[in-house]
Amino acid sequence: MMNDSNIAMTQPIVEIKSLYKVFGKNPKSVLKAVKQGISKQALLEQTGHTIGLFDINLTINRGEVFVIMGLSGSGKSTLIRHFNRMIDPTVGEIIIDGQNIIQLKQSQLEAFRRHKIAMVFQNFGLMPHLNILDNVAYGLKINGVNKTERYDHAKRWINIVGLEGYDLQFPMQLSGGQKQRVGLARALAVDTDILLMDEPFSALDPLIRREMQAQLIELQSNLHKTIIFITHDLDEALKMGDRIAILKDGKIIQLDTPEEILKNPADDYVADFVRDVKF
Amino acid sequence: MAETNWFYDFPKMDKAQLTAIKKHLDTAYRDFSRNYGEAIENFFEPLLNLMVWFENLLLATPWWLMIIILCGLSYLASRSYKLSVGVFAALLSIGYLSMWDDTMRTLSIITICTLIAIALGIPIGIIMARSNLARSIITPLLDIMQTMPAFVYLIPVVMLLGIGKIPGLIAVVIYAIPPVIRFTNLGIRLVDKEVLEAATAFGANKSQRLWGVQVPLALPTIMAGINQTIMMALAMVVIASMIGVKGLGQPVLKSITNQYFTLGLFNGLAIVALAIIFDRVSSAYAKRSQKQYQEQNDE
Repeated sequence: MMNDSNIAMTQPIVEIKSLYKVFGKNPKSVLKAVKQGISKQALLEQTGHTIGLFDINLTINRGEVFVIMGLSGSGKSTLIRHFNRMIDPTVGEIIIDGQNIIQLKQSQLEAFRRHKIAMVFQNFGLMPHLNILDNVAYGLKINGVNKTERYDHAKRWINIVGLEGYDLQFPMQLSGGQKQRVGLARALAVDTDILLMDEPFSALDPLIRREMQAQLIELQSNLHKTIIFITHDLDEALKMGDRIAILKDGKIIQLDTPEEILKNPADDYVADFVRDVKF
Repeated sequence: MAETNWFYDFPKMDKAQLTAIKKHLDTAYRDFSRNYGEAIENFFEPLLNLMVWFENLLLATPWWLMIIILCGLSYLASRSYKLSVGVFAALLSIGYLSMWDDTMRTLSIITICTLIAIALGIPIGIIMARSNLARSIITPLLDIMQTMPAFVYLIPVVMLLGIGKIPGLIAVVIYAIPPVIRFTNLGIRLVDKEVLEAATAFGANKSQRLWGVQVPLALPTIMAGINQTIMMALAMVVIASMIGVKGLGQPVLKSITNQYFTLGLFNGLAIVALAIIFDRVSSAYAKRSQKQYQEQNDE
């Protein structure tokens, strides 16, 4: 059930240090109260601000599948959007490949997104007006790769994810599973070190989901990407993850390997989750 | 004076004062138009030349060639034989009832007005979609432009530029431009957030997002706006004939003043025919551009 991969070679690629995200009119003004541990309820009533993420610290190693698990409202979608700064933190450091990406200017940030990090979305986020070939080649087009080269490359990835012959179809003609394969191919085609996956299989029915999970595990055994994977499904987390961070109300309540989480749940909340797992 | 009962009579501004204000504003505007009218006229000179050239071109083109071109264009836009046959029949009856030249003049001014409205309206709509501040400024302006009686803004235009083609064009464009602005704004704002997020996540910059994602996805909505703009321009052409715009509006105006019922009816019907042609052709084109990726489904 585990990836056999190279956990032994632990070389950090992503580091997040004391990251906070507060939503509201003037987040900085309430940061002190948040750090002193004001409750979510009290903060909302007194200032109208909500806590999105609370003191997040984590290190992700190169080649690792790092799962962030939580129920809806736990802040997992907010957290994953910090890795490519689709959302800016209120305070904190995000160091990727030795570079604090908080300091990047807009144009540097765009270059960073083009070359370092790709993303797969829950509802696919495909361009409805482009055919499959152009969708998969989208990232390459943004990178300024010329037409023949990007089509060659995109075709290769379309074949790898098993959509041979679908090049000229449009997204609305595909099934959910096929659409997410396009999403995956688009993300892999830009050949970045890091892959963000925001609940990529949650919108698919169980059979297709299992198929896609197996396909991703197989791809990963060849590619050794650093994958940051979001899910609300513990089974999926245990199946995919080298390590799992469990998120609740914006806090990481346990960060461990799947075995450790099963053996030693950090608190009742995690224990409750783990109870129903079928081995 | 103090005896006036404010309870029954609205407390009014002194009559002399009101007259003074009106006089002052009128004089100020007249001075402005005397001082700058010529400069503004010169500014519009190239546009005037374009309009004259285009009108002469349409008038000089033999009628049968014009019919072939118009039917061909409507077929290209709609891919429908029925529509082209309808266009053919409408144009034949217009010509047979000796309204050909006026129809060509109207066609010319409508075409140019629409092109200008699109060229100005789409960028304004894009600005409006990008900034909420711009939207909150532009929306009330558009409301005013659409509800102000069209005759009222004929007055300053005529004072500034006299009567003729350019003031007519300005009046028509002001009247007809709001839909294309509103629909461009709406179309861009309605683009699926996740698609836009995907573009951002892959490192697309502002203009790549605009031209690669937002505008193409908003295009069906923008086309609906263009269609509305054309319809409003046609409606305005009759009013613009009051300030010297030649075309189908002038005979209509003449028949109102002289009570020529049949003349008015024929020219009115010719305007209706033009409107239907423009409407059907542009909405068929819009539908086709929207369906592009549905049609391939059947293969």
